[in-house]
Amino acid sequence: MDTRQVITSLDPALIPLAPLVGAAAAYGLGRKNRVFSGVIATFAAIVAFALTLKGVFDLAPSAIKEAHLWRWFGVGQVAFDMTLRLDRLSSVMCLVITGIGSLIHLYSTAYMADDEGMPRFFAYLNLFLFSMLVLVLGGNLLVLFIGWEGVGLCSYLLIGFWFRNLNYCGAGRKAFVVNRIGDAGVLMGIFLLLKHFGTVDFLLLNDRLGEAAALFDPKLAAVCTLIGFCLFIGATGKSAQLPLFVWLPDAMAGPTPVSALIHAATMVTAGVYLFARAHFVFDSAGAELGLIVVVVAALTAFISATIAVAQNDIKKVLAYSTVSQLGFMFLAAGAGAYWVALFHVITHAFFKACLFLGAGSVIHGCHHEQDMRQMGGLRRLMPVTFITYFISTLAIAGIYPFSGFHSKHAILASLGQSPNSLIVASAPIIVLIASVTAGLTAFYMTRSLVLTFFGSYRGHAHPHESPWKMTVPLIVLAVLAVIGGIGLEHSLPHYLEAVLPRAHAHESLAPIDSLGASWIGVLGVLIGVFLYGPLASVPPAIAKAIPLLLRLLQGKYFIDEVYQTLIVRPLEGVSRVLWRGVDQGVIDGTVNGTAEVVEVSGELVRTMQTGDVRHYALYLFGAIATMVAVYLVW
Amino acid sequence: MERIHTILAIAAITFAIGAVGVIVRRNVIVVFMCIELMLNAVNLSFVAFSQSVGNLTGQVAVFFVMVVAAAEAAVGLAIFIALFRTARSVESTSATELRL
Repeated sequence: MDTRQVITSLDPALIPLAPLVGAAAAYGLGRKNRVFSGVIATFAAIVAFALTLKGVFDLAPSAIKEAHLWRWFGVGQVAFDMTLRLDRLSSVMCLVITGIGSLIHLYSTAYMADDEGMPRFFAYLNLFLFSMLVLVLGGNLLVLFIGWEGVGLCSYLLIGFWFRNLNYCGAGRKAFVVNRIGDAGVLMGIFLLLKHFGTVDFLLLNDRLGEAAALFDPKLAAVCTLIGFCLFIGATGKSAQLPLFVWLPDAMAGPTPVSALIHAATMVTAGVYLFARAHFVFDSAGAELGLIVVVVAALTAFISATIAVAQNDIKKVLAYSTVSQLGFMFLAAGAGAYWVALFHVITHAFFKACLFLGAGSVIHGCHHEQDMRQMGGLRRLMPVTFITYFISTLAIAGIYPFSGFHSKHAILASLGQSPNSLIVASAPIIVLIASVTAGLTAFYMTRSLVLTFFGSYRGHAHPHESPWKMTVPLIVLAVLAVIGGIGLEHSLPHYLEAVLPRAHAHESLAPIDSLGASWIGVLGVLIGVFLYGPLASVPPAIAKAIPLLLRLLQGKYFIDEVYQTLIVRPLEGVSRVLWRGVDQGVIDGTVNGTAEVVEVSGELVRTMQTGDVRHYALYLFGAIATMVAVYLVW
Repeated sequence: MERIHTILAIAAITFAIGAVGVIVRRNVIVVFMCIELMLNAVNLSFVAFSQSVGNLTGQVAVFFVMVVAAAEAAVGLAIFIALFRTARSVESTSATELRL
């Protein structure tokens, strides 16, 4: 990494500019003709993708294209610049964001065609792309934080897009507030970095940490552990890990393309990206931090997978599945295998975006029905959606040769090869949890597949296949979900080897061994097929046998209720005291009391004004007489 | 008792009579006369002090007071006529509109 070469270039600035202009144009021009807004926004996304391709085309392994826009502000010795940098790490993210973003924009033009709010929708969607690109291109942590907040804002706006439904607004608010907790962690991290290293610029930080390590600074590990922990708190918020994952399932209130783009493929992976971007902090941190991250990730993956098993809303299943897969990403990130985490980010973006868009296609076809119990038998009515959903299910189930197998396999392998001794020591347990989770993943995804597409139709709508604008993105994503794993398994670490530590491919298995290694996925799929196919009477029997477990899973472990009781209610109580007691009592009391004193004394004094001249003369004489008397006596 | 004391005492008594008259009487013309009484009591003390101190400043002040009193009388009588036209009386109690 010493050989890095910084090239001044406009590319990093032009990439986010396209969707920013697109957002303004989509809203400004789209209000006249709402179809137009979709065209503009999609075009802007494709332009951003093309610009990314152009910028990546001649990007040498250790080259960094830098656009120094302006000096933002300076405090004392520390200066903050508006710097955007395109290196191989950010380029990977940019390709995913703009590529999948373009597909989802295209899909949305059909999905949202009947919606009055189309201009608003596409303006938000483009604004999201802009913020996300700023997040990944940001040359220092503060610019990254602008994007970090920007995507949070767009997420809030899009979750509550149908704002006439108050529940949806509440979901948006919840996402915003929960994310705020994580954001406080990121801010703490920024402050601590400034305090100890005097900069938040990633390149400078890398150098300073390197210097500190070379001097065997004894405090380095402790400081980095603390900073890394703060950044991890931020990641748990944005990337929906325990204990802050509660907002993501609720975020499904937004339109389905939003769920696919923001809450599956891109924004929620920002935490993983933060790990990769600031890898030097985590590499210098103590082993405990890595262990904390891995344990949290494993628990998140397992718990959300179990919840997903009992959900009936097709989008809720996918939402908990996303939380679970994000847990897998953090397993790798915590173990220091950043490229593996990024690998899973990419493959997950392919198959989960495909699944979400497929679910959207089903919802669209079934006239806004989301309950899987009201579906079934759709495979003949919606063949394209079925095939793509089927492929993506196999991909997420981790079955060879689909992409999910490769990234999950790499994650499990990375745990044992971690540079962190504590993780290596606990690897067997973590791998066991992860494997069980992988089996559960295969099971619940098969369940959703079978309930939705097999059997006979149980709803009352007239399902129909979606138009080409929706099926083309599905097909493209499904193809990527198939070849993404094999295609990237070796090329991705090779591509990233100059920008990330330990970016070397794990030994890949022979195809026949790979098939053997995907036994757990196959098992999950088979159980799913049998339980919801020929043995359909078994799941209700199980539910009847252990009703408590079912209630626990359907109630999502009652985590929301626990938070409600432990945090929200007491906070509301305190707020009520502050409102009624302090604000209305003390502050308003003081102000109103002053007014009252003035009023009462005024009432008293006004009785003196009788209108009779003689009284005034009396006051006059009395006053003068008093003054004279006082003067004489003194 | 020296002469100035006597004169000042007379002035004070005259002033007090005027002041009481202003407060007590309702007929504004009488009130007005009482004001004249007070002014002249002041004039008297001015003259007395002027003589006792031995310069003319006090007597000049008396002339000013007389001029102002004459002007005041003119304005005051005009106000009484206006008051009589609206209230059909020259009682000060009939002009108490200016209050809360």
